[in-house]
Amino acid sequence: MKWLRWGVRALGEVLITVSLFLFLFLAWQLWWTDVTATRAQAVTIHTLEKGFGPAGTPQPRVADPQAILTKVPFGQAFAIMRIPRFGTDYAIPVLQGTDSENLTQGIAHYSGTAFPGQVGNFAVAGHRTTYGKPFANIDLLQSGDTIVVETKTNYVVYTVDSHVIVTPDQVAVIAPVPLHPGVQPKQAWLTMTSCHPRFSATQRYVVFAKLVRSIPRARGLPASYMAVPAGTVG
Amino acid sequence: MYGALWRLMPGPWPVKLLLSLVLVILVVVVCFLWLFPAIAPYMPFNGNSVQSGLPFPGPVTSVI
Repeated sequence: MKWLRWGVRALGEVLITVSLFLFLFLAWQLWWTDVTATRAQAVTIHTLEKGFGPAGTPQPRVADPQAILTKVPFGQAFAIMRIPRFGTDYAIPVLQGTDSENLTQGIAHYSGTAFPGQVGNFAVAGHRTTYGKPFANIDLLQSGDTIVVETKTNYVVYTVDSHVIVTPDQVAVIAPVPLHPGVQPKQAWLTMTSCHPRFSATQRYVVFAKLVRSIPRARGLPASYMAVPAGTVG
Repeated sequence: MYGALWRLMPGPWPVKLLLSLVLVILVVVVCFLWLFPAIAPYMPFNGNSVQSGLPFPGPVTSVI
């Protein structure tokens, strides 16, 4: 009898401990990773902006600005994504390569896909929840919304075209012509992938955007592109 | 387990309480800084990229 009581008590304490650890893990995943990632990403943005120079900075003429980008090493931040629908202060670094480490530090660019403004598909992935959740509200993007990708040489402006929800193995969404693998691209696309549904990873929410224009940094970004679209909540 | 821990700690109860608090904080710090970041990639809800490994080469790990 004494042993039975001891056993029940020990089991109870173990279960309580396990539940405490689970709650602690939830707190870390859902709250703390946002705190640290948001802070780290703000630092990256600051560094990038400093490296890019203020808007209107005359850039040395380069024959092929994209050539510089194709040499970006894995893990390095090389662009800033701005989405007025998510607020005028929304600025997230874009890093080269989509491993889990890069995804905690901002938006991750699929290696091997086009770079901003290039003909083909500039494909990126971002967290829907946790780690700063850059694509938390990806489902609020509407066709016609502006997305600005700022690089050292250009402001690359895209507008949202459409979205699809697919299973995680549908790599066709990041093909040079989205959803049509093997087809030769004639225009520049932007593809954003994120978790779907929120807090799950069973599907991917994918947004396609088309290039509008690429503006040399020296000319600056017209303010109209950063206007928050009507109907934005929050 | 918790009873034994309490009995093991030295001093009167305020000291024991303080020691317990320190222990709890220590556990939280170890979890937040090392344990959780290490196990997070294995959690089933953290995926957001598409992959099959076929059409695209793996990550470019070297500087060109």
